[in-house]
Amino acid sequence: MIRPQPYAPALVFLAGLALLAPTAQAVEYSQVQPAASKLEFTFKQMGVPVPGHFKRFDARLRFDPARPEQASASFSVDLASIDAGSPEANAEVAGKQWFDLPQFGSARFVSSQVRPLGGQRYEVRGTLNLKGQTREVVATFQVKEEAGRAVFTATLPLKRLEFGVGAGPWGDTSIVADQVDVRLQLLATPGK
Amino acid sequence: MSAETRYRGPAILAHWLMAALILALLPLGFYMQGLPLSPAKLQLYAWHKWVGMTVLLLAVLRLAWRLTHRPPPPLPGPAWQLQIAALTHALLYLLLFAVPLAGWLMSSAKGFPVVWFGLLPLPDLVGRDEALGRLFQIAHQGLAWGMAILVLLHLAAALKHHWVDRDGTLARMLPGPRP
Repeated sequence: MIRPQPYAPALVFLAGLALLAPTAQAVEYSQVQPAASKLEFTFKQMGVPVPGHFKRFDARLRFDPARPEQASASFSVDLASIDAGSPEANAEVAGKQWFDLPQFGSARFVSSQVRPLGGQRYEVRGTLNLKGQTREVVATFQVKEEAGRAVFTATLPLKRLEFGVGAGPWGDTSIVADQVDVRLQLLATPGK
Repeated sequence: MSAETRYRGPAILAHWLMAALILALLPLGFYMQGLPLSPAKLQLYAWHKWVGMTVLLLAVLRLAWRLTHRPPPPLPGPAWQLQIAALTHALLYLLLFAVPLAGWLMSSAKGFPVVWFGLLPLPDLVGRDEALGRLFQIAHQGLAWGMAILVLLHLAAALKHHWVDRDGTLARMLPGPRP
């Protein structure tokens, strides 16, 4: 679970500065703490929910609770870092019918619009590029602010077949469901 | 044949139902584990789990019946044969529970919970743990081999009684009208 993180010391330093800084009226969260963030998913196989996660991903965001419309986020995922439930499954999803890792090693999301839904909940639209397909997707997320940091929890329901993930005989959705629920949890501190 | 020499209806029904399910489960289990990962493999695994849990449920019902209803006494025979028969039956009863339970434990430890017939999620018996999963896999396989050997022995003995000894042993477990 160790992510390559050459700028980790700088991040820790920035996080420290943020904690020391006097609380401003408007806080923009922009420093994602990778060690406290996770990217998970659940899919159904023969009606059985199977959890999985990605070990390596890079997420960036700018979010000011006072001006949520101006928020932006992007992330890219190293698809080879998947844990899909078993070593056998991990080897399978690397292949052509699933992610086709030799051709498409990463997935990328870039937000285009953020809309408050009331309370601490928001909707974010953006484009997801996965396996050579680029499509607009909509996620909802929640923000919890505490002690100078914010936890963002986003849920993104995806249809894997729209991206050609799990093609061929795997396209039978009575075996592996089309819907994959992606959950992204980010811990971010204010930028300097 | 009088009622006291034959098993009662529910016991006979449970016996043959479980016999049919186990005769399907054993070859399916040995076959499917060697398959490369494919949708067909996932389907076979799901069916195997559903039917296996059905056998476990039937085993509970059957044991409850057995503990509350005296089985017909065995036909007279050499003492060593009666002892081996009693031991085989006891071990078969044990494995009717042990094989599906080991499979359930293996599913839980490997992180693929059982959802009975895709409808009823069964609780995980243990948390996800790869090493434990391998251990239960070995246990499930070993116990299944034990079951296969005992089933063959049980079957051979029944046929020997029927065709060689020409006695009423097999008829005790066959359905038929009450006298």
